[in-house]
Amino acid sequence: MKAKKKNKHWYDYLWIWSIIYFTLGFFNILFAWLGMIDFLLPIVLAAFGGNKFFCNHLCGRGQLYCKLGGNLKCSRNKATPKWMVSKWFRYGFLVFFLSMFANMVFQTYLVASGEESLRKAIKLFWTFRVPWSWTYSGSIFPDWVAQFSFGFYSLMLTSLLIGLIVMVLYKPRTWCVFCPMGTMTQAICKLKNRKHNM
Amino acid sequence: MASKRYAKVSKFKCVACGACESVCPLGVIKVYKGCYANVEAEKCAGCRKCENICPASSINSESRANG
Repeated sequence: MKAKKKNKHWYDYLWIWSIIYFTLGFFNILFAWLGMIDFLLPIVLAAFGGNKFFCNHLCGRGQLYCKLGGNLKCSRNKATPKWMVSKWFRYGFLVFFLSMFANMVFQTYLVASGEESLRKAIKLFWTFRVPWSWTYSGSIFPDWVAQFSFGFYSLMLTSLLIGLIVMVLYKPRTWCVFCPMGTMTQAICKLKNRKHNM
Repeated sequence: MASKRYAKVSKFKCVACGACESVCPLGVIKVYKGCYANVEAEKCAGCRKCENICPASSINSESRANG
């Protein structure tokens, strides 16, 4: 059987967007807000469309892991450990990730209310503080906007790095197994389509 | 003529990431309503590309019962 040549779509190049996003964060931290698209769009598509079109076609990060781990062979391509695929780990990581997100929103609130001052640093793996002050030297926006940017960029960069580590160790898209957005959107889709399956 | 083997997805393990969908040369594996991947078994060539890319190890190739 002869394979059909697949038509390329504009969204097959979104891995470039992923690289641009992380590069922009090295120049001006306010660009971190653009990452909210990656947070909101999957939920909107899952909640209203009842699908994972975002994960399946629009996720630049998934495509990037496929390029690096697949085409460039930067992955051992070993099976993902069973515990990592298990429901408890996937939902556990989702809860952990969401609580860290809530914590970041609270930090933003503290800066907005004047209790804390703006910290021009990012935190990797929720532990290591890395100076990042060159990316912000005031703007027309209040300080909390920048605080959210630093927090959000930390979250995005940390998850990118975790994804890269598991990409090297296991399959290119092992991150997708426990990606909080993926777990959340699949849960939404299963709830929405519960009549059709299982 | 149908191939000797075809891809079978475990609905329970599948995370619906769509990695299989992007590598399938025939376009016969698709994520169904964001819940799990679905294979058109009769059209599957059994190339095992999806099995190889699947990060959740939810795809196995099976022999066709009627050979």
